[in-house]
Amino acid sequence: MKTIVTATAVLAMLAGSVLAEENRQLEGRKGQFNILALNVGILGGMAKGAMPYDAEAAQAAADSIVGVSMVHQATLFPEGSDSMSIDDTRAQPNIWDNFSDFESKWAALGDAARNMQTVAATGQEAIGPALGQLGGACKACHDTYRAPE
Amino acid sequence: MRWPRVLIPVAVIAAGAAWWLTAPGTVTAEHYEALTGDAEHGQWLFTAAGCASCHHAPEAKGEDRLVLAGGQAFASDFGTFYAPNISPSASGLGSWSLLEFANAVTQGVDDAGRHLYPAFPYTAYTKMAPQDVADLYAYLQTLPASDVASKPHDVGFPFNIRRSLGGWKLLFFSDDYVMPENGNARGRYLVETLAHCGECHTPRNALGGLDKSRWLAGAPNPNGKGTIPSLTPDKLDWSAADVAYYLETGFTPDFDSVGGHMAEVVDNFAKLSAKDRQAVAAYIKALPAP
Repeated sequence: MKTIVTATAVLAMLAGSVLAEENRQLEGRKGQFNILALNVGILGGMAKGAMPYDAEAAQAAADSIVGVSMVHQATLFPEGSDSMSIDDTRAQPNIWDNFSDFESKWAALGDAARNMQTVAATGQEAIGPALGQLGGACKACHDTYRAPE
Repeated sequence: MRWPRVLIPVAVIAAGAAWWLTAPGTVTAEHYEALTGDAEHGQWLFTAAGCASCHHAPEAKGEDRLVLAGGQAFASDFGTFYAPNISPSASGLGSWSLLEFANAVTQGVDDAGRHLYPAFPYTAYTKMAPQDVADLYAYLQTLPASDVASKPHDVGFPFNIRRSLGGWKLLFFSDDYVMPENGNARGRYLVETLAHCGECHTPRNALGGLDKSRWLAGAPNPNGKGTIPSLTPDKLDWSAADVAYYLETGFTPDFDSVGGHMAEVVDNFAKLSAKDRQAVAAYIKALPAP
């Protein structure tokens, strides 16, 4: 009896730690997308004219986007963390069928981010086109790899 | 059971009437005879109508999306439809006349006189002006040819009987607009006719007809899990500027980005003018709550 109880307890603990690990990865990847959205929001607000252009703030936002784009994605997207396997994610299972394509789409975000980083402080009119490239990188990946809500 | 003799002619007449009623309708030839297509305006129509989004090959990227080889699958409650090859080749529309093209686009009838499935949104395109159909036809001729054969639809009985679509059309096929013009003819033409927004954003009844009393009020995603969002004011609280900006950049007001099939729709709208996007936004903001 004791053995069964112990074994069950150990298994439960293991399952708990696997779950906790999964949550950290999920929170990590959602967090990075939130950081992206917040900073793209600053640049977008300036491009739309909804907020006054500020070269320093634009540069800081662009730098932050570059920072996020440097995060290695494989760490945050382990096998089995797709929308069919777990709750609270829209990551489509096909990510893991085409992981190198998924990573190259993330790399395209990096290219767009570095372009934004170069032009963000040069003036309000430079933001729109650079934002277009950034948005294109978001779309290209979401088009294929993110499930609808 | 033997039928009372008197009912036999009634049954024959009813069957004849049903056959006649379900016959594929065609456009009036005179409306098209004198028309010359303007391919340049056709390109605008092609973009606004999103032809390539469904007719490009499944994995095509960039310029390859102008090769309208078909092959993308569209799941529905009635079976899976495959977009056909509509490139100017023998496997596509190479031999089609303008009149045949107009019948397909605005009446849902192919070159052999058979009903087309309404997975092809002729239910929206039926409101296209004949000159616009001619312009679109002219533009399609300028695109690259592909010899890829069209894939047959995977549709079970009774939906595989094309004549039954005649009955479906009697019930659900109309060239009436849903919304009044409201001084925004361009926005209405873009939303209800060309961009055929209602095809995904409006829920359908059990027979696959659009429930126009819940026009653009959101619907389940026919391609799998999730929903297509509502555009009506009880749900969508974006400003007109937000809608126009979304259609240009793919960014929501929270700077989340567009995904799924809508990403291709945004790619198309981004190529139209700011005025076109504003007209669509004005139409959306004028929608009533369902």
